[in-house]
Amino acid sequence: MPAQNQQTTIRTLARLYTYAKPAMPRIYGAMVVSLTASVVSLIIPQILQVLIDGPLSAGDSAEIWPVVLAVLGLGVLEAVLIALRRVLVLTPGTHVEARMRNSLFDHLQDLPVEFHDRWPSGQLLSRAVSDLNLIRRWLSFGIVILVVNVVTIVIGFAILISLNWVLGLIFVVASVPLLAYSYVFEGKYSDAARRSQDQVGDLATSVEESVHGIRVLKAFGRGSFALKKFQTQAEQLQGTEIEKAKAVANIWLWLLMIPDIAFAVCLVTGVWLASTGHSSVGELVAFFATGTVLLFPVESMGYFLAMTLDAKTATARFFDVLDSVNTIEDPVSPTSIQNPRGQLTFENVHFRYHDSPDRFSDLLNGIDLVVEPGETMALVGLTGSGKTTLTALTTRLYDVTGGSVRLDGVDIRDLSRSDLRTNIAMAFEDATLFSATVRENVVLGRPDATDAEVAEALQISQAAFVYDLPFGLDTRVGEEGLSLSGGQRQRLALARAVAARPRVLVLDDPLSALDVDTEALVEAALRQVLASTTALIVAHRPSTVALADRVALLEDGRVTAVGTHAELLAGNEHYRFVISSFDDEEPLEKHEKETTP
Amino acid sequence: MSQATVSGVGGEERNDFTAAESRQIRERSTRLLGSLLRPERTRLLIGLVVVVISTAAQVAGPALIAFGIDSGLPALLSNDWMPLGLAGVAYLLTGVVGAVLMAWFTVLTARISQAVLLDLRKRVFVQTQKLSLEFHETYTSGRIISRQTSDLDAIRELLDSGINQLVQGLLSMLFIGIALFSLDWASGVILVVALVPLVILTRWFQLRSQTLFRLTRTTSAKLIVKFVETMTGIRAVKAFRTEKSNNAEFEGLVEGYRSANARVIRLFGIFDPGLVLIGNVTVAVVLLVGAFRVIDGHVAIGVLLAAVLYTRRFFDPMEEMAMFYNSYQSAAAALEKISGVLEEKPSVPDPTSPIDLWSSKGELTFDDVEFSYQNGRVVLPSFTLHIPAGQTIALVGSTGAGKSTLAKLMSRFYDPTQGILTLDGIDLRQLHPKDLRRAIVMVTQEAYLFSGTVADNIAIGKPGASRDEIVAAAKAVGADAFIEGLPNGYETDVNKRGGRVSAGQRQLISFARAFLADPAVLILDEATASLDIPSERLVQDALQTLLSDRTAVIIAHRLSTVAIADRVLVMEQGRIIEDGTPADLIAGTGRFSQLHASWRESLV
Repeated sequence: MPAQNQQTTIRTLARLYTYAKPAMPRIYGAMVVSLTASVVSLIIPQILQVLIDGPLSAGDSAEIWPVVLAVLGLGVLEAVLIALRRVLVLTPGTHVEARMRNSLFDHLQDLPVEFHDRWPSGQLLSRAVSDLNLIRRWLSFGIVILVVNVVTIVIGFAILISLNWVLGLIFVVASVPLLAYSYVFEGKYSDAARRSQDQVGDLATSVEESVHGIRVLKAFGRGSFALKKFQTQAEQLQGTEIEKAKAVANIWLWLLMIPDIAFAVCLVTGVWLASTGHSSVGELVAFFATGTVLLFPVESMGYFLAMTLDAKTATARFFDVLDSVNTIEDPVSPTSIQNPRGQLTFENVHFRYHDSPDRFSDLLNGIDLVVEPGETMALVGLTGSGKTTLTALTTRLYDVTGGSVRLDGVDIRDLSRSDLRTNIAMAFEDATLFSATVRENVVLGRPDATDAEVAEALQISQAAFVYDLPFGLDTRVGEEGLSLSGGQRQRLALARAVAARPRVLVLDDPLSALDVDTEALVEAALRQVLASTTALIVAHRPSTVALADRVALLEDGRVTAVGTHAELLAGNEHYRFVISSFDDEEPLEKHEKETTP
Repeated sequence: MSQATVSGVGGEERNDFTAAESRQIRERSTRLLGSLLRPERTRLLIGLVVVVISTAAQVAGPALIAFGIDSGLPALLSNDWMPLGLAGVAYLLTGVVGAVLMAWFTVLTARISQAVLLDLRKRVFVQTQKLSLEFHETYTSGRIISRQTSDLDAIRELLDSGINQLVQGLLSMLFIGIALFSLDWASGVILVVALVPLVILTRWFQLRSQTLFRLTRTTSAKLIVKFVETMTGIRAVKAFRTEKSNNAEFEGLVEGYRSANARVIRLFGIFDPGLVLIGNVTVAVVLLVGAFRVIDGHVAIGVLLAAVLYTRRFFDPMEEMAMFYNSYQSAAAALEKISGVLEEKPSVPDPTSPIDLWSSKGELTFDDVEFSYQNGRVVLPSFTLHIPAGQTIALVGSTGAGKSTLAKLMSRFYDPTQGILTLDGIDLRQLHPKDLRRAIVMVTQEAYLFSGTVADNIAIGKPGASRDEIVAAAKAVGADAFIEGLPNGYETDVNKRGGRVSAGQRQLISFARAFLADPAVLILDEATASLDIPSERLVQDALQTLLSDRTAVIIAHRLSTVAIADRVLVMEQGRIIEDGTPADLIAGTGRFSQLHASWRESLV
């Protein structure tokens, strides 16, 4: 459906208008300027005719000078006009690109975690970089030249016909198949272009996996297995690229051949017409010179058409992301809590992931839990019971699908997200460090923290190892810097949460990668912080539970029991199953004594 | 990767090479390029012939028009159609042949460049897999990934259009020059004179654009790092409200990239009209001189037309050819880096004459083994250790004691610097890699999942495993229950739920993987750290059956694993300081009995 394709092409590209609007006057200006340049380049051949049929046939050498000067003047004017076009449009084009890139980044940061779960970062990156590059080039170059080319071709045709209607008509008729073929090309090429972009993305994903998963591949000796997959993908891409090249070669063939055929026919016809007196030599010269000027606009149609299609694909991909609705937004008129005490309440909280099939009940199926100000609550449950999900609900990384989470009695959806996240700080099991210094990573949640506060947070998380790094706190870590072990990363992530000094701390199994000795030290230090801070801690280990005042047991999507560790250990079989390393026959009383102060 | 050498990836971050070092790097990229192009030499040759003929055919046009007007017209006036007919047919022929050959050339170059790219992609991929873990631990994943993505892209760009345009452009200029000289020497001389400003302008553009293009590449690289990091760490970004400062920082990076781009564009804004100006002035001069010569009767009118057309066309390919220099520069830089990676010698090489081991008993012997890093730091001082087939060993000690290094030696992620490590009496370095990997499997704390389904991920342990085998493995380690609870069970795509398969669940999947692989020697390095206690208990029950007839080495911070061990090794500062049965060591007064006591206290 070429016609339909073209409609969606135009409709898609029209959406760029919002971003291009400030640059539009200059884009129009550029069109006018370069159209003038085209007209100038079309006038030059007509002067040739004047020269040949005038002074040259008359043998009047004095008349040559003004004519050649006119050609020179027009030539210089053309160069000036081209320079002017570039001045007009190209810098604004880069601003459009920058604006789009910033708004994409801004929107992506705003989109909920659920969106990022679905979209690999490589897919987002190719939109932010290469797609936007392409759009800029199209806006400041492609569209201008495309429009100007079309108009130039029309004017050129008119000149050709007015020079000699027979020759002109031959040239025009010969060009019609070109336009028809462009339609065919449009469909073929845009399919292949989109496929190739996707395949490049898939290939990059395979590369990333083969590098990040290298330990697994080596441990199982599966290098050749990964290679096979990679090779298949690379060969698919190769096939698509060759398909693209064939499509381009095909349109090249027609674009080069048809004007030449037309020229050949015109040559024979023109000379014959001249011999019969229906044309002059000057007219022939002007005709071929004009035709030559038109060759570039005609031949480059395929290129600019392909560029337009690429730009359409890029635009569609850009808006794929930008059209994604943010489901977790700030309230219209946010409330704020004057003196936050840090009471965290879960009230009949329901949650299910959007892609969870209907046959499953909600992952969190009616959670009722109150964490009192200053209290430390441990969250215990089997793997997959929803502990991590529950912690993610507290800062609206996901939104509840039923019920509500409340901070000091206020539904967290009535707070601004930034306000909420100032009050509640989190440490994740997968500790993320950014490419920045150790200090910058620690003060992420509170950029104005003093040196003493940073030192204190590092002390609490037993992260003194940072002082031994090459540049101490100023050592760069993360992907671009020094690589740290899992345990070291975890301790920095904990220091980050502590340094944020929130009313409520939410820690997702923050000590899992630490060895027993370090864990004990961290816990001892953490107790001081937790004395005055409300905390919700996901715990896998009895040692982590020991930090808590009370424990909530998560089972089948509900909190089935809340109590002190000792109470639950004594009275709850499921809790014993989840948390106790001892077999059932071991006496429990002894441990109760040890853990009850 | 010392600073003193530029072999391999050494000195990749430097830009102060001596002349000798630059030559060394250039030579190695040239060698690589040669070896990539050699298989394509037939196609290259055909391509060269095709492009020469097609360019010549296209250049012939104006000369044929001149012939048609100057010889065809007078002949026709005396009723001789021959010259005109000849010109017409020749024009038709050159047009058709030129176009067909050009189309062929386009496909041909695409085939060549795609074949070269595929070859290069595969080479880098294979090399990445071959290089030892030691290399990967120092050369970050980001760098090896950009070798395979952005650097390959730079080369693709050069191959796809750069060389194409260069060859066509040069040929077209050459042929036009020849045609012009043979038609009218005076116009030819004018064209040669016009080359002087042309060369100066082009050279100026190349030099200026070189630095600016480099600037666009560095600014875009910074932007990419910031972008990727923000998207992969989005949870932390949101939780710590860094969106605003990220926005500000990103805007700065975008602006840096934008202004670099704008400067490049401005450069073109001078270069491009400059070319047009030189071209148009040359046309005017050719016209002027030609017109006088026409009046003198030295030149025919058709020749004047051809001279003007040729002069105009002569400058057409210039802009693209100037661009070639840039894509050449970035491709050359990319090729230098890639050739460096390919030059790296794997420190754990495959054996040249591998020894087969069809079925392994699982007996491991360390004979005076010592291990130190390349910088000479000794991690494991010389030691001797014998692990009989079938024994389950618990490896205990504080962080940094050398437990993981020992495990990596056993799974041949590293090779000993001294001494010999044997499996069933065969040096691991001599063992066929396939037999080695079948006999010894290591499961680490980082349980990496590949894109694909859960079943695919378990099947990595044994490619081609049936569904029943996969399910049985998952059941054995207690992963079956949670997998069945996923939206599509074993067919659930882990990528689509990437953020939601918990660390513990990932570990269970990787356990199932190892279970399915069914090795003679199983090494577990902190493989249960993220499991909850019931899962760990299940895994341990499974291990007890699994390990009854195989060798196992278990490293764990938590000592619960010790319960199933036949023998405990306590390590400190790279040495094995205690070695005995769990019962003996607990009864003693050594390090292990202390560790065990404090661990008991931490339990409920």
